[in-house]
Amino acid sequence: MRTVFKTSYDADIRLFKHGAQAFWYGLLLLAVVALPWLISDYMIGEAVNVLIWALAGLGLMVLTGQAGQASLGHTAFLAVGCYTNAILQLKGVPFLVSFPVAGLLAGIVGVIVAIPALRLHGIYLAIFTLALAVLVEDIIVLAAPLTGGISGLNAPTIKILGAEIDRYGAPKLFYYLVLAVVVAVTLLYRNMLRSPLGRSFAAVRDSEISAQAMGVDLARTKAAAFGISCAITGLAGALMGHFAGTFNHETFNLAIAIQLLLMIVIGGLGSIHGAFLGAIVVGFMPTMIAFLRDYVGKVTGTGSIAIPGLEAAVFAAILIGFILLEPMGMYGRWFKIRTYFELFPFYRRDMFKRQKSYLKTERMR
Amino acid sequence: MSLLELDHVTLRFGGLVAVNDVSFSVEEGEVFALVGPNGAGKSTLFNMISRFYTPAAGDIRFQGKSILGLPPSQIAYLGIARTFQNIELFEHSTVLQNLLVGRRRHVRSNLASDLFFTPFVRNEEIRHREAVEKVIDFLELQAYRDKLVAGLPYGVRKVVELARALATEPKLLLLDEPASGLSVEETQDLTYWIEDIRKLMGITVLMVEHDMKLVAAVSDRVLALADGKMLALGPPREVQSHPAVVAAYIGQPAEAVTS
Repeated sequence: MRTVFKTSYDADIRLFKHGAQAFWYGLLLLAVVALPWLISDYMIGEAVNVLIWALAGLGLMVLTGQAGQASLGHTAFLAVGCYTNAILQLKGVPFLVSFPVAGLLAGIVGVIVAIPALRLHGIYLAIFTLALAVLVEDIIVLAAPLTGGISGLNAPTIKILGAEIDRYGAPKLFYYLVLAVVVAVTLLYRNMLRSPLGRSFAAVRDSEISAQAMGVDLARTKAAAFGISCAITGLAGALMGHFAGTFNHETFNLAIAIQLLLMIVIGGLGSIHGAFLGAIVVGFMPTMIAFLRDYVGKVTGTGSIAIPGLEAAVFAAILIGFILLEPMGMYGRWFKIRTYFELFPFYRRDMFKRQKSYLKTERMR
Repeated sequence: MSLLELDHVTLRFGGLVAVNDVSFSVEEGEVFALVGPNGAGKSTLFNMISRFYTPAAGDIRFQGKSILGLPPSQIAYLGIARTFQNIELFEHSTVLQNLLVGRRRHVRSNLASDLFFTPFVRNEEIRHREAVEKVIDFLELQAYRDKLVAGLPYGVRKVVELARALATEPKLLLLDEPASGLSVEETQDLTYWIEDIRKLMGITVLMVEHDMKLVAAVSDRVLALADGKMLALGPPREVQSHPAVVAAYIGQPAEAVTS
């Protein structure tokens, strides 16, 4: 176990706890930058998919993991970001403008939604946001002249400073674009966590009554959480549109919203790592199961195994396993394993027993 | 001018009169205790000062100004900090982060500067951490600084809550049963701390407490309440032996019951 001797207050404030941590994250960054040169174009597409999911996960994590407000309707904000970005570009606005505007608009819609949602807790808030997702789906169909209705829209090719970025035409460039956005958002997220803003989110999550007594304004803090969360989700939506190429009202259906929430729960609520680990599972697992199936077929000589719904079933089993056996998510599991080795041989089984789960949705208020 | 004045305050929950025409004032620099049996309305008074409840009648003034027009989150900005009877800490944050939330009323950065963590925010953070460190030193919480609250024993949580209230650098400190559930040694520590909070930090203390030994040791004046009504107000020794207070705690003398 590495003990950091803190000689200044800055030791608690800076991004990395110690040199070794900075080194490992630097190495990780190097690896993801080098990645497109090592894998096929198909796998680059898969990696982009994971990154976009991670971005959407970060968005929901701000609201659910940090501020403790459940949302089953984040597809609404994915859709707002996606359509805003695409419509603006189709009207001739450059991507460098339309993309931030898409995030901003999703954020503003989030703040507006937050106003009626302020008095709702737990399961009631979940139902409210669920209704929102359904509502946005209908609005997309009704606003057909703008959104293309049921037939949907085609995302235009991104043009930045003369370079044409397209998922199929320039997969590497598209990968780097998404990666840049994800890294930037992750840095902002870290800043949020180490500033008064992130602490007031945690305060509202853990005890509204004492947060108020300490001077935290509930309405403003929740509105800020909704705003930041929905803005990030909007950015993810915009990128999702470009990734999908074609999208309509069904692209952002309820299954996606539930998958998003599952993702951050599996990853581990309340941590940046959780959003990424969850995204790897959700974004990558179906492909991996398909690969594994083909591999097993080849090795055993049974040819191609064709069981309909196999992927979904294995995927679901893994999800159920996580929720039952490791409610703290993948990051929680990793944290326990790390603590085991750091403290070896002094780790106790009940070390993390006292910690209750993050969400207070079970509290019916 | 008194620091805190309650002026004929009444609060009803439906048909139940929880607080009935209570008036008292807390002077600057004193330790004022509220005592009384369960259900006397002590915590309800606290919740009215914190603006969680609004009185049906009467006025509450802090430094001469009525606070009844303010939302609960503004009370901390006036310089009133409190603890809770059933500890209300931020369970999934460390002790340090809990205390830093207490610095909220001194935060001058905004959402944008927080997100970009400007040099201004960094300097502010260092300033807050210095202030919080002083409280940690004072209450001897060094060993728990980076521990999650969720894993801490009860006695330590009580101290953390006191520390969080002190981190706000209040003028008035409301302590809701600070000694409940504490061991004899911990209560002894608390006695010294309350003395120091008053004498060294110049903070006025208003507390609800059942431990009469603690109340007698630290408080200048005591107000006894029962069923929402004021029974007696004065120095601890006088209030303790006041016939109405004795009756409220151990019942009426036999002849009074039979008559």
